[in-house]
Amino acid sequence: MQLLEVKNLEVSFALRQGDLVALNDISFSLGKKERLGVVGESGAGKSVTGFAVINLISKPGKITNGEILFEGKRLDTLSEKEMRTIRGNRISMIFQDPMMTLNPVLTIGTQMVETLQAHRKISQKEAEAVAVKKLERVHIPSPARRLSQYPHEFSGGMRQRIIIAIALLTDPSIIIADEPTTALDVTIQAEIMDLLQELCNSEDMGLMLITHDLGVVAEVTERVLVMYAGKIIETAKTSDLVSNPLHPYTRGLMNALPGHGTCDTANRLQQIPGTMPNLTEIAPGCSFHPRCEHCQDICSSEVPQLRKISGNDSRFVSCHFAEEGWQNG
Amino acid sequence: MFAFIVRRIIQATVVMLVIGFIGFSVKHQLGDPVRDLVGISVSVEEREALREQLGLNDSFFEQYGRFVSNAVRGDLGYSYFFKKPALDVILSKAPATIELVFVSSMLILLLSVPMGLYSAIYPKRFFSRLAMGVSIVGVSIPVFLTAIVLIYVFAVQLHWLPSYGRGDTVNILGWESGLFTIDGLRHLVLPSIALSSIMLPLFIRLIRAEMMEVLETEYIKYAWAKGLTRKRVWLVHAFKNTLLPVITVGGVQLGILIAFTILTETVFQWQGMGFMFLEAVERSDTALLVAYLVVVGALFVVVNTVVDIVYGLVNPTVTIASR
Repeated sequence: MQLLEVKNLEVSFALRQGDLVALNDISFSLGKKERLGVVGESGAGKSVTGFAVINLISKPGKITNGEILFEGKRLDTLSEKEMRTIRGNRISMIFQDPMMTLNPVLTIGTQMVETLQAHRKISQKEAEAVAVKKLERVHIPSPARRLSQYPHEFSGGMRQRIIIAIALLTDPSIIIADEPTTALDVTIQAEIMDLLQELCNSEDMGLMLITHDLGVVAEVTERVLVMYAGKIIETAKTSDLVSNPLHPYTRGLMNALPGHGTCDTANRLQQIPGTMPNLTEIAPGCSFHPRCEHCQDICSSEVPQLRKISGNDSRFVSCHFAEEGWQNG
Repeated sequence: MFAFIVRRIIQATVVMLVIGFIGFSVKHQLGDPVRDLVGISVSVEEREALREQLGLNDSFFEQYGRFVSNAVRGDLGYSYFFKKPALDVILSKAPATIELVFVSSMLILLLSVPMGLYSAIYPKRFFSRLAMGVSIVGVSIPVFLTAIVLIYVFAVQLHWLPSYGRGDTVNILGWESGLFTIDGLRHLVLPSIALSSIMLPLFIRLIRAEMMEVLETEYIKYAWAKGLTRKRVWLVHAFKNTLLPVITVGGVQLGILIAFTILTETVFQWQGMGFMFLEAVERSDTALLVAYLVVVGALFVVVNTVVDIVYGLVNPTVTIASR
């Protein structure tokens, strides 16, 4: 049994102009101790996917179809109260911007202790002891003293460590990290990613890493989903995807990485022409076809299905010409 | 904390000097004390002598200096009407006003917080829409009209509550208080409702607007993601952040409440400073007017200092106390 299984998930936002489908038929799974990357541009639906798992989509969005199973149990049908026993307890989240995530008027200690007390019967003293241990775990120096400090007394990287420590408090099965390093500078990014990876290895947790940074995905994750305009367009083992991207969009992303393979600074970076469409105006057929350099007639009329690529059980691509292999493209 | 207090005292001194300057200028320009003091039979020479004796021929700044040094010693001039030092007159009237303002502020605080939070959390519920609608009306009706309507309905027609005066008071260590007798409390009801009628809707709307903004922040979303209870998220995480701007605005509004007592006290014949102030205007009792200015100014300064200290306690990024 998979730890987390998402089947045909559809999320839409009820707007005045009608329903806006933000996630369309998303299916994926996460195994125990597995590290899964979710990649895509801003607005592709990565974050919504993460929040949908713990049923915390911003209003007016809601899950309109599909199932979310956690250890075989349906999550999407749970009551608010039952869901609360999962959130922050079995499934923890790490948010994007550590400067905005911690409550500015509460001490770190308060914010840690309350999380434990929300899920366990535990005294203040014991909770503080756990908090100190977890702060140590994320390499915060002199953790006991830190409990009485406020978020503004910490740097961005330190705050993200504290947030990771909060995520670890209840020894969750899954951590969903929503762009955990986007708001940090590059050296801190590397530290945080190393820390996350180390924790996943030692603490027996599944990690769902949401990011737009393919470099990070390649380094940390074992499997990856590529999202575009609310759909999964390619999923594969990270090593396969990096060495041989099949969807033209994925390949575009790979080509847009600086110094990919070589340290060639003489050549200009390649970019994917155009921008991702607004969710209200997705083109018929393959949603990527207006930007695709290999676009054929069929691409603008028929929606490609996410299908298994022969010879590789873990590889799915939604492109009519996935097998052609645009090696020279 | 020490540095804060020193800074505060210096600021307060400057503010009080400016208020005193304005008050003194008014007094200096209005009327002629010599003419008020003597009859027609007094000759020009005698008037000149008296003028010299009172120091009225000195320069403006010399007189101002004298005024300040007297004020520091607690002498704010002499009320010709009451035949008493102006400060004594004001201090005898102050308890009435302070009690009225206190009860009104409590009313505002106890009602606006739950109503503001409720209508922010459930903006679409009937009660929230009702509160918003009524508060618009409340803000738009002037205090004296509210007061007159209250008197007409509850005193004249229904005979439920008294319409004027303070009723029975008890003297506690020289403080005439109406808070400890049933009659005194009954007399407080209508004036305090009237006085809070402007600020209450304002506070409900302010708290609602701030709370709605806070509820949209990342740290609230994170608090939900941590699996906290609704009570915890709303009353601890969101409310504490909502409080910051509310405290700031609230301090200023409390001062404005003192200004509004002039209207309320007049309608209800409430024997407080506001009522006294209007009477003093009618009698051109300038010494009393200036003294009122100075005392209310001092009250403002004290209230604002308290507000700043409270703000520092709630907001950890403002360090009042050096840790």
